[in-house]
Amino acid sequence: MSEPLLSVRNLTLDIPTGSGTLHAVRGIDFDLNRGETLCIVGESGSGKSLTSLALMGLLGKGIKRSADRMTFDGTELTTADSRKMRSLRGARMAMIFQEPMTSLNPAYTIGDQLSEALLLHRNVTRAAARARAVELLEKVGITAAESRLSQYPHQLSGGLRQRVMIAMALMCEPELIIADEPTTALDVTIQAQILRLLHDLGREMNMAMILITHDLGVVARVADKVAVMYAGELVETGPVGEIFNAPTHPYTRGLLRCIPLPGKTARGSQLGTIPGIVPSLVGAVEGCVFRTRCPHATMECRGPIPKRVDGDHAFRCIFPDGKRHDEKELTA
Amino acid sequence: MLHFILKRLGLAVLVAFTVSFISFSLLFLSGDPAAALAGETASGEDIEALRRLYGFDRPMLVQYGEWLWSALRGDFGESYYFKLPVASLIADRLGVTMLLGVCGISFALLTAVPLGVVAAIRPNSLIDRAALFISVAGQAMPSFWFGLILIVVFAIQLGWLPPSGTGTWRHFVMPTIVLGYYAMPAIMRLTRAGMLDVLSSDYIRTARAKGANETRVLFRHALRNAIIPVVSLAAVQMGFMLGGSIVVESIFALHGAGYLAWESIARNDLPTVQALILIFSMFYIVFTFLADVLNAWLDPRMRSS
Ligand SMILES: Nc1ncnc2c1ncn2[C@@H]1O[C@H](COP(=O)(O)OP(=O)(O)OP(=O)(O)O)[C@@H](O)[C@H]1O
Ligand SMILES: [Mg+2]
Repeated sequence: MSEPLLSVRNLTLDIPTGSGTLHAVRGIDFDLNRGETLCIVGESGSGKSLTSLALMGLLGKGIKRSADRMTFDGTELTTADSRKMRSLRGARMAMIFQEPMTSLNPAYTIGDQLSEALLLHRNVTRAAARARAVELLEKVGITAAESRLSQYPHQLSGGLRQRVMIAMALMCEPELIIADEPTTALDVTIQAQILRLLHDLGREMNMAMILITHDLGVVARVADKVAVMYAGELVETGPVGEIFNAPTHPYTRGLLRCIPLPGKTARGSQLGTIPGIVPSLVGAVEGCVFRTRCPHATMECRGPIPKRVDGDHAFRCIFPDGKRHDEKELTA
Repeated sequence: MLHFILKRLGLAVLVAFTVSFISFSLLFLSGDPAAALAGETASGEDIEALRRLYGFDRPMLVQYGEWLWSALRGDFGESYYFKLPVASLIADRLGVTMLLGVCGISFALLTAVPLGVVAAIRPNSLIDRAALFISVAGQAMPSFWFGLILIVVFAIQLGWLPPSGTGTWRHFVMPTIVLGYYAMPAIMRLTRAGMLDVLSSDYIRTARAKGANETRVLFRHALRNAIIPVVSLAAVQMGFMLGGSIVVESIFALHGAGYLAWESIARNDLPTVQALILIFSMFYIVFTFLADVLNAWLDPRMRSS
């Protein structure tokens, strides 16, 4: 595993607004190897969806993207033209969205929509595409798959639609799949099923996966790596064991207040809540963005914040250990 | 789907009956039909004689039943002015009106839909503003005035097109533009609004995520959904146009059913007016019904509910 499948350095997203530039995502770095699962966690509005759309090249007009590097299997995505991006999207990198109810086109049948990606990217017949669609519908656990092909989205429940979305993303056997909170819109009972399904299929097809979720229990079970996002920055990234056993950034610790452990954290346990407000990201953003909510904040936190890297583990804090040891004493 | 169509069909028939009754009663609302028929110099006895001859002395409902029954068999009585069967009179003229209607709606769709799409792709651009200007102007400008301007410019000053008549296709150019321009603004704005709405929807993002190119995204994924309400609006507009061509036909002296209506009103030719009103209303009802069916056919959500 010499070169990572996806390598991102200093990804920055700026959105011009009426009152100045919104620095929605700032200086994101991470690597993802083939077959690995990266979970991105962070509260609402921290920029998780924007980051995943930026990777896919699906940002809305007006959002400015820049990066020192953003390579997918050696292809530089920042300079790829739209034709190149189209040849990757749906074929080698696929995305599953947060909103299953509205992500399918109401005017076309499930069969048409499933076949589309395959017909666009591979030289196959319609019949072959439909056969593949049936195969994948069965794989995602949909019964009577054959007869579903002629159904329209409105005839399916939310859970079924999300399964269809998953099947659709898998049509061309992508090497990378990005799942943006694929289950938040669904029933709690269905959430776990869908995530397990996604995880198992990912393993089976040796896909790399970026999974955005709020469910720490899921993170503990499926992640190889975890990235913690706060107000547009990855404040801490690392292997799942280290993040859960030794969370270093004060925000990460705030999220994991009860220090859940892989295998021990209950399914469905939500991120902890931390008092305080997120600073505005409009105009110049300086110093640590978490300082307004951090119990250890000092004057120094207004200055430049070093990125501390130790092997696979990285975090941004002026304190070499993120005040981890002080806090242990406090709570002990 | 079948259930839906039957329901709409039932409604259409009900409306048709109501309209037929109203158009029949026009005869009586517009004054004494016998007096109108007899002319201004006729004596009281003449009028009475005519009243008996044409059966105006019988109860209104009986007359309605009789009129409707004949109308259903294609007999609308005899024109007071031409002394010819109204049905054949109208049949001769209807072709021109229908041709004009088809040309008009085609012109409206062919200009309004592309303009609406382009305006939606680039909101607030020059093209969007131009499209808005065209549609506001279209709505503010009365058809007869627009028609007269066209005649002055293209027929009189430039001499490119004939000002009136029905001889060749060139006679239909200006009427088509005037009639189509009337329907254009609504179609354009509905297309623009629909496209704007659809283009920001999640399934468009899904289509892009699959690697579909912009043309495919715009036409196959977006327009296919945005066009649904436009199709039914166009069908309704078409119904309107067939009736609304009265003004256009009179400006350009096109000898269609609209022109006949205008002439017959001026001549107090009540059976002809009655029949024309009935026919125009029927067109409207038929096209509204077609709009519903088309809508259901295009929108899978309506089809199965
Ligand atoms: N097109 C846009 N124009 C302006 N602001 C935007 C736009 N898209 C996103 N934002 C802002 O960028 C920030 C990050 O949004 P994003 O959708 O990435 O958050 P998220 O982490 O996915 O949140 P959630 O968990 O609620 O999905 C938010 O503050 C949002 O308001
Ligand atoms: Mg999101």
